[in-house]
Amino acid sequence: MGLTSTITGATQVITVHSDRIDAAMAIQFKEDMRRETDSGTDRVVLDLAGVEFIDSSGLGAIVASMKQLGGNRKLDLAGPQPVVEKVFRLTRMDTVFRLFPTLDDALSATAD
Amino acid sequence: MNPISNETCLELSFPATEAEASAGIEQLSIGLSNQGLPVQKADDVKIALAEAINNVVEHAYAGIAPAKVQVTCRLDQNRLDILISDTGNPLPGLHPPDGIPASVDTTPQDLPEGGFGWYLIYELTSDISYERRRGCNRLSLRFDFTGHS
Repeated sequence: MGLTSTITGATQVITVHSDRIDAAMAIQFKEDMRRETDSGTDRVVLDLAGVEFIDSSGLGAIVASMKQLGGNRKLDLAGPQPVVEKVFRLTRMDTVFRLFPTLDDALSATAD
Repeated sequence: MNPISNETCLELSFPATEAEASAGIEQLSIGLSNQGLPVQKADDVKIALAEAINNVVEHAYAGIAPAKVQVTCRLDQNRLDILISDTGNPLPGLHPPDGIPASVDTTPQDLPEGGFGWYLIYELTSDISYERRRGCNRLSLRFDFTGHS
């Protein structure tokens, strides 16, 4: 489904190269996330800027990706488009994840 | 009633698989935009439509050979009606579930990874109705363009 990963300081940034995270790709997304986060920094930022649509299965896959990081590592989200943000807000998952408007916002928050 | 000339119709039928559903949802969303679905309703319609179609793929045809999902959209200036029909298993109790969302007030490891579909459909539509007729499930979703969002 296409994820790329870079390490910036103490943060791993994973960029989603798919215009949607939906039921058809939820399992693949979760497995790709597991591989990308197999080892790495304590903080992972998932860059969703290119994602134009998510459904509840895609949301579930992001939740699963957070769980498989384990208790000591953190998954933050960056750059959600309005429709993606809406799904997080309606399901109240916006209270579980930190959502940053842009990747830059997410990265500058690291320094805090 | 509005004269029929104010109304446009969009129909799509596709096999009930995840990949076909994904492409079908995208195609319907683009088609509705082209037919004049108000921009501010586009996201709501797409989310609700996706959840309803995914339910058919995942549940109605669970354990049986997947047949088709048929989607018919009727759009006029005040509202959009979408009828989703399939020949899969009926909804349990012949009624849509209550749509109570899974709670997120829990530890991270216990967070729900599903259980939001019907909740989202209820939140984003103006009305839902379901009937089982002649071996078909017929789920109707209505979106009003004024008042309730």
